[in-house]
Amino acid sequence: MTVGLTQYLILSVILFVIGLAGVIRRKNLLMLFFATEIMLNAANIAFVAISAHIGDLSGQMFAIFIMAIAASEVAVGLGLLILIYKKYGTLDLDNLSTLRG
Amino acid sequence: MEAIAFYTFGVLITGLFLITVLSKNVLNAMSALAAGMVLISGLYFVLGADFLGAVQLVVYSGAVMALYAFGMMFFDATKDVKEKNPSGMSVFLLSGLSAVVMVTIFAAPQIGENIQALVTSPNGLDNPHSIGIVLFTKYLIPFEVAAVMLLVAMIAGIILASKKMDVSLSENEDHLVEESELKEQK
Repeated sequence: MTVGLTQYLILSVILFVIGLAGVIRRKNLLMLFFATEIMLNAANIAFVAISAHIGDLSGQMFAIFIMAIAASEVAVGLGLLILIYKKYGTLDLDNLSTLRG
Repeated sequence: MEAIAFYTFGVLITGLFLITVLSKNVLNAMSALAAGMVLISGLYFVLGADFLGAVQLVVYSGAVMALYAFGMMFFDATKDVKEKNPSGMSVFLLSGLSAVVMVTIFAAPQIGENIQALVTSPNGLDNPHSIGIVLFTKYLIPFEVAAVMLLVAMIAGIILASKKMDVSLSENEDHLVEESELKEQK
């Protein structure tokens, strides 16, 4: 039961696929945001695991920058969500399809 | 020891994130997400990335979750989310297929043997110290750009969220607000 790089990568893949399934399945915008957070965290785990495996600090740097991007994404995204909720009264994705294509 | 920690954290994180994705209640989903973030920082500590674990605790389970909780004040969090879900079969098929493909890719034996570390930690220093040195020498420009991006995001968040902050949120009362404004003008 030794834990190597492979185990960490497989855990990160499992978490990423959970996030992916959430993005496909969910219709509520807030839940879509949660699912994207899960995917970003899965990528972070892979970066840190590889960085620890080969002893390179670049992976951890990239993980830090991913965290910064995730934080700013949440700030802007929540502002937009509040605007959408004020305008439509709901966060359902199907309500946003104004073009009848 | 590392194996015990890894498998415990791994199973718990997977379960919590499954709750996040599958739960119908927004509050349950957010709590499960926050707990999962805390456990992911435990994974970082196991990997020896102490600084990143602390940052994960502060940024994700602190700031991001507080932001979500703040956003929850605007939405009705007690109601269950009603969604028309697409057929579960296609979701299961698509995500299962991608899971199988990616696990196969990552579980394959590594062929490249001359992979070498470009940015090694300066010898004798612990993790936060060496991260500080590398961040402010080799990654200084991306760091500054990230700072500018965070500033832009902060201003955008303030402007987007605070627009018409004094007007009631629910649609039904909109005409009431307008009427009262008209009366005031008269």
